[in-house]
Amino acid sequence: MSWLDRLLGKNETSGQTAKQRLQMVLIHDRADLPPGLLEVIKDDIIAVIAKHTAIDTAKVEVHLEQDTNENRLVAEIPLLTARARKNGAGGK
Amino acid sequence: MSAQVLTVTSGKGGVGKTTVTANLASALAMLGKRVTAIDGDIGLRNLDVVMGLENRIVYDLVDVVEGRCRLRQAMIKDKRQAELYLIPAAQTRDKTAVSPSDMVLICDQLREEMDYIVIDSPAGIERGFRNAVAPADKVLIVTNPEVSAVRDADRIIGLIEAEEKGPGQLILNRVKPAMVSRGDMLSVEDVLDILAVELLGVIPEDERILVASNQGLPLVMHGVNGASAGEAFRNVARRLEGEDVPFLELVQKQTFMSRLKSFMGGNS
Ligand SMILES: Nc1ncnc2c1ncn2[C@@H]1O[C@H](COP(=O)(O)OP(=O)(O)OP(=O)(O)O)[C@@H](O)[C@H]1O
Ligand SMILES: [Mg+2]
Repeated sequence: MSWLDRLLGKNETSGQTAKQRLQMVLIHDRADLPPGLLEVIKDDIIAVIAKHTAIDTAKVEVHLEQDTNENRLVAEIPLLTARARKNGAGGK
Repeated sequence: MSAQVLTVTSGKGGVGKTTVTANLASALAMLGKRVTAIDGDIGLRNLDVVMGLENRIVYDLVDVVEGRCRLRQAMIKDKRQAELYLIPAAQTRDKTAVSPSDMVLICDQLREEMDYIVIDSPAGIERGFRNAVAPADKVLIVTNPEVSAVRDADRIIGLIEAEEKGPGQLILNRVKPAMVSRGDMLSVEDVLDILAVELLGVIPEDERILVASNQGLPLVMHGVNGASAGEAFRNVARRLEGEDVPFLELVQKQTFMSRLKSFMGGNS
């Protein structure tokens, strides 16, 4: 990275990138859940919820979080407002 | 007093297990301890050449296990230290020639006569790893400040906890202070943030490690001082002996000027 980038605080160092990547990889390793499986889980969740209410499928997110001693599967499922529903939105 | 069995392992290959085993065993012997190093890497014997004892091998670990010799006959005495021995691995056999219970038996036979038994584990998490860990009182996990090596270390930490050999202690090897300073290498703190494990040693990258292995004389026996890898290994030995030794200050605290300088000169 150039000194100008550093001055502007633009890029993170490769050491920081390494740390972040490691943290993500280890969350999955420790939970024994391959990252690709989250996509599968996400599609299944969308299918189930969409049967009952309108959701913004493009914005659904499923990820793992880690506290000191606990892994948590976190799903964020934005519901569509009545107005958005009328306009026909429902994801891309 | 009964010996403590230390197993040096890592998951990933080539991170420095054999180097750590040779130097740690030597450093403990230099503190006046009775030490036996065991090469657990059957089929890929290496500890003998790193310790410079390759020409004196008659019997090996598998000969002991299969009853072709007594344990004492397979112990090569390092003449440069009062009480340092090596039990070499077999070169032409594979890991299945030894079982975890064989290793426990051999270490139990040695316990009364030794203060430390240091076992060099092969890379991986298969039979050779399980052999090496079975008799351990303490597992030393070697890693490098690198994504793949730290990931494997995390896996090992999980496995040794599952085997109730945990929690283990960490030796971070091949740290390059200049790269850490400019942010291009995981720092000791980064690695400790990620791995929930106690730190036992930080070993800098040091060309003299290669010189030492060229010569078959572990670096700690070279008697160089300063912030070198040899000093770092001696510190690990003293910590194992219960001394409270501060970690070497590898990364210089940056002054404003030095930061400005590395800032302007930071290459892309
Ligand atoms: N701190 C260091 N500074 C410089 N070179 C090092 C350092 N530690 C280890 N090395 C070098 O790295 C190489 C691998 O080391 P070593 O054989 O000890 O690793 P290992 O973990 O035992 O490998 P394997 O998994 O194949 O058994 C060797 O060439 C060694 O000299
Ligand atoms: Mg080795």
